[in-house]
Amino acid sequence: MSKQINVALIGNPNTGKTSVFNALTGLNQKVGNYPGITVEKKEGICKLSRGVKAHIIDLPGTYSLNASSLDENVVIELLLNKNDKDFPDVAVVVSDVENLKRNLLLFTQIKDLEIPSILVINMADRMRYKGISLDIPYLEKQLNTKIALVSTRKNYGIDELKELISNYRELSTVPCMNASEIDKDYFDGLRRAFPDQLLYKLWLVITQDVNFGKTDRNEIDPVADFKTKSKSELKRLQQKETIKRYQFINETLKKGQIIDLSTAKDLRIKLDRILTHKVWGYVIFFFILLTIFQAIYDWSSVPMDFIDSTFASLSEWTKNALPEGTFTNLLAEGIIPGLGGIVIFIPQIAFLFLFISILEETGYMSRVVFLMDRGMRRFGLSGKSVVPLISGTACAIPAIMATRNIESWKERLITILVTPFTTCSARLPVYLIIISLVIPDKRFFGLGYQAMTLMLLYLIGFGAALGSAMILNKILKIRSKTFFVVEMPNYKLPLLKNVALTVVEKTKAFVFGAGKIILAISIILWFLASYGPGDDFNNAEEIVATEFANQNLSEDEIEQHVASQKLEHSFLGITGHAIEPAIRPLGYDWKIGIALVSSFAAREVFVGTLATIYSVGSDDEETIKNRMAGEVNPILGGPLFNFASGISLLLFYAFAMQCMSTLAIVQRETNSWKWPILQLVIMSTFAYIIALIAFQVLK
Amino acid sequence: MQATVAHLKKGQRGIITDVSSIYIPLKLLEMGCLPGNFVELVQVAYFSDPMYLNINGTHLAIRKETALHILIDIL
Repeated sequence: MSKQINVALIGNPNTGKTSVFNALTGLNQKVGNYPGITVEKKEGICKLSRGVKAHIIDLPGTYSLNASSLDENVVIELLLNKNDKDFPDVAVVVSDVENLKRNLLLFTQIKDLEIPSILVINMADRMRYKGISLDIPYLEKQLNTKIALVSTRKNYGIDELKELISNYRELSTVPCMNASEIDKDYFDGLRRAFPDQLLYKLWLVITQDVNFGKTDRNEIDPVADFKTKSKSELKRLQQKETIKRYQFINETLKKGQIIDLSTAKDLRIKLDRILTHKVWGYVIFFFILLTIFQAIYDWSSVPMDFIDSTFASLSEWTKNALPEGTFTNLLAEGIIPGLGGIVIFIPQIAFLFLFISILEETGYMSRVVFLMDRGMRRFGLSGKSVVPLISGTACAIPAIMATRNIESWKERLITILVTPFTTCSARLPVYLIIISLVIPDKRFFGLGYQAMTLMLLYLIGFGAALGSAMILNKILKIRSKTFFVVEMPNYKLPLLKNVALTVVEKTKAFVFGAGKIILAISIILWFLASYGPGDDFNNAEEIVATEFANQNLSEDEIEQHVASQKLEHSFLGITGHAIEPAIRPLGYDWKIGIALVSSFAAREVFVGTLATIYSVGSDDEETIKNRMAGEVNPILGGPLFNFASGISLLLFYAFAMQCMSTLAIVQRETNSWKWPILQLVIMSTFAYIIALIAFQVLK
Repeated sequence: MQATVAHLKKGQRGIITDVSSIYIPLKLLEMGCLPGNFVELVQVAYFSDPMYLNINGTHLAIRKETALHILIDIL
């Protein structure tokens, strides 16, 4: 353990910090949460020379040590708490060669904390292209540090960085400037009052608005001989501090950095002329979205069909290969179809995250924020709400966490409340299977009806989100500062490694996170479907034998009748029948009812539940889809999944709040039960009413 | 009348003379929005809002209401 070096990766957003992290750790990384909060914690192990290992934490991106959000707060909490087990032996500050001036602000602050620091100047391959030359020895001397010129794209500098990390003991801990000059009297007083504390650390604790969990602010307040300052005075001092730091940085860069603008090429200007254009910007954005949805639909259908049929045969094979008994049945009818219900999502989720991460990596997402801000404000949202709303098409949970960079609390709250309307990937399998059952597989000018229906459902989701945002904007009486700033990073080609890691990471998180729930529910459902109370269930064979005594049925047919008799009178069947009156007006039978109820834990359970229900007692190797197509409406006759009931189901799933994890995250992010409960009640009631109208009109 | 960033036309440049700290959050200052630095209007959305700026080499977008509080000398 003693040989492990704790390294913290710190840097502004958009400096390629995560690329450096990926280059250092490769696949030796894991993503978790900081205890008690939902901020993502990325850590990994990097092998250095001579058998030494470095434990690397990729801290959330921040522009300075003055935290304005939960994510940024994590950075300060770690850097101020020497007792934290992750407290860095060395801080690696990642900067972007094109934005060195701004990036150095954070660096000078970290130097003031007297933590050994290395400055990484990333994207160094762009220096020549941008006409930038650097005097590294001069900069190292001025900044009291060691510099590593790194390009994760061209793959150099990482070994040098590793070398610097191994030799971290040689790094200077002397600050590179003296920020306390901005108010000498004040800081002298502070120093006298707390002689054994680091001055800059005290200053940070005093000026932060955010709550510090571990760092105790109280130890500063009670000292009498130290004159405290008012909030506005402190703010003015912070402003002076920022100016002071920039003065130092400007001085340093004047000699250390030469930018020859005549050789600089700027792709940004040319691209932005089109991509942020008042007309073309929107047209292009619309076509990008259209392409994404068409691609997800077309590309994932093949692997999905394959997964579906594979699990059907696996289930069949298990039944035949293993000795008959409860365990075999549980495996073949409960667990395997349940697992199939998870695995089947992988293709679409992977594609969705692929596109979203490409949009983020290229820098295009910021342009979308810019384009949409004005329009979104009309709905009480911010341009930054677009990112959650788009990520919501993958999963509402990360999407709601992505609202943290929205500055205005009202805009943020509305975004949190409406994001669950966007079509998340858990709705996708429900949509896909129902669409394939009730919408004809025909094409209209190359666009498939089925794909268009899917696109329409996505639009309905966005429409519901915007509509409800507009209403919330009118109702909610929250006064909060509307403030908005978004960085427009340079365009970059996405790094394959970053994109691939994001896709793998997010898909894994989804499969294992949601998978547990789905599997558990599948098993519970199987038990409920396989056991029942009373004679109707336990004497099913005799009842069927008497009922069909003179019809001369084959053995197979008798078995089927027994199975359906059993299912109908099982615990599950009884529950389903109990709620049937409530859902019959929507065109559903008791089996769909059960799937609906279990979906309130998580939507994605729907297909798995139907798979479990329909596979209980049936022997033939059939896909879920074929089984659903074969279901007959017990009252109206004809297929159970017809156009009217199909559309009604689609709309119910579009609007209903059926995800416990989302409710939990809303509770955490809003710190109140009021909002998630309102979400659950209002969204689900609305869903019921719309589905009811749809079925009654279409039937 | 004192010119502000909101008065800039597309492609025009100015030098920041003052920022009123009541309306301008620290974060924007930290991104380089400080007296003495240059600002250029790169692109505008509908009704010039938000405004896509180049401040001291940092490219960012802010709303017009914020831009009104950044005083400049137009170059």
